[in-house]
Amino acid sequence: MWSRRNITRLKLNTKIPLTLSSTYLQKFEPLKHKESDLKSEEMIDNVGPQHPATHGVLRLEVISDGEIVKDVVPHIGYLHRCFEKHAESLAYNQVIPYTDRMDYVAAMNNEWAFVMGVEKMLDIDQEIPKRVEYIRVLVAELNRLASHFVSIGTYGLDIGAITPFLWMMRDREHILRMLEWASGARMLYNYIWVGGLFYDLPVGFEEQAKEFVDYLKPKLKEVETLLISNKIFIERTANVGVLPLDLAVNYGITGPMIRASGLKFDLRKVDKYSVYPEIEFNVPIGKGEMGNIGDCWDRNWVRYMECLESVKIIEQCVEKLLGDHKRTREFDPRQMVPKKIRPKAQDLYVRAENPKGELGFFFRADGRSDQPFRCKARGPSFSNLSVLPEISKGCMIADLFAIVGSLDLLMGEVDR
Amino acid sequence: MKLDQLKELIQSEFPDSIIGEDENSSPQALLIKPEFIHSVCVLLHANEQTYFDQLSCLTGLDNGPESETMEVIYNLYSIPYDLHFMIKVVLDRPKPSVDSVSDIWNGANWHEREAYDLYGIHFNNHPNLRRILLPNDWEGFPLKKDYVEQEKYHEVKVKY
Repeated sequence: MWSRRNITRLKLNTKIPLTLSSTYLQKFEPLKHKESDLKSEEMIDNVGPQHPATHGVLRLEVISDGEIVKDVVPHIGYLHRCFEKHAESLAYNQVIPYTDRMDYVAAMNNEWAFVMGVEKMLDIDQEIPKRVEYIRVLVAELNRLASHFVSIGTYGLDIGAITPFLWMMRDREHILRMLEWASGARMLYNYIWVGGLFYDLPVGFEEQAKEFVDYLKPKLKEVETLLISNKIFIERTANVGVLPLDLAVNYGITGPMIRASGLKFDLRKVDKYSVYPEIEFNVPIGKGEMGNIGDCWDRNWVRYMECLESVKIIEQCVEKLLGDHKRTREFDPRQMVPKKIRPKAQDLYVRAENPKGELGFFFRADGRSDQPFRCKARGPSFSNLSVLPEISKGCMIADLFAIVGSLDLLMGEVDR
Repeated sequence: MKLDQLKELIQSEFPDSIIGEDENSSPQALLIKPEFIHSVCVLLHANEQTYFDQLSCLTGLDNGPESETMEVIYNLYSIPYDLHFMIKVVLDRPKPSVDSVSDIWNGANWHEREAYDLYGIHFNNHPNLRRILLPNDWEGFPLKKDYVEQEKYHEVKVKY
């Protein structure tokens, strides 16, 4: 019953929270810099957490002197969903959907890394059927394409190019629909299981993938002419936010960012996991063609070149899936799925190449339960973001967003 | 480089630093006394034979109130030698503290802040040790095994 009396009581009992007052903000997320420590002409700007250029909920505390950035302090944690605490109270196979929600634009790659770790703990990683492995590579590379499309598209959007974003989103939608066809979900799949797959690929998927790749090749060329080699884009990104290699290694930067800094380091080649040794592809590295090695243009270019490599990998996978490891009546993708997942007591660190970089999982199994005793996720975006203050000192405020965009952050993974 | 060689290398510089090996770990792991962790890391980072230039992961871990211990686990990787190595440090649970390695690997800075945030492990000489994922006025350390949520956070019910 909603009477007048209730309304008055509500008013009396509710204290007005100090939601927007500065004291409240200072309490739960204090600034690193104090106003009293600023030099003359300097000021503290707050960017985010809700800002389109911060790709989610990243908050930046920027100390600026006119247009020049003096210091940047990232404040994170706005999307913290306690992944690690949840994982400790769930069985291993139940954690897989949670890993989807870490890097939600590349969910296949996430769950694959997690599943690889559990399979290694159970000692069944060598017994997974070849067809399952090829399907995993196929869907993971499709998802890598989708992730890089988001990255390149939104990066163009960040610095003022709207058309490429729409084009990339159009092509990404094709991938998402294909993955929805395979798994039933558009972005958060739960398709790769411990020991196998949810289902075999739907009939006709391989042919569809081939058709998609043929469709995609000229579209990628279009993106190259429209965005990557566009003069305005080059002027805007070349020589901005240069990340030297030694700094990158020291900060634990991985993935396209470290390759853009000139190191040929790709876990698919280095660790040789799954069937990647049987597949031919190159590892593109930044060459500093438009400016210095490791600038924003290089990072974006490496991602673009990786799209081309992913296309090559998909073609080879499709060939294998239609040839040597083709669909048979006897093939069961859940053949190796264990009934009970209880690894013996051990510690394990496993890593895999995600679109953003090295995704690592640290497991401790106590040997007595079906739940991990500890499951730590090392997100690539987390480490990649930590270098931002180093590379954005002394740049213009407008360039700061060019740098943030080139890091290809995904806050779901930073905060977990 | 094998684990034995690594062990020899560390033992030749710091004779009493190693407590033992952990055979159930992948990659191979050594248990090291907490007071030696910084100097051992400096050695492994700078030595020409190991050159562990990347700190892949730093994990905090709570063994529960019965065992009275906490752990910090360092996953090192050497890019030039393609070498993995795990170091474990066992800490006292009521007052966990260990030296920071963020002056060796800058990447450790945020990982240590995370371990502090979720476990309350104190990293000595850390340049900026404050909470990273949780709000600053949150009570308790959520990943501890005996953690109980606070009832209300800024007038909002936490438990649902």
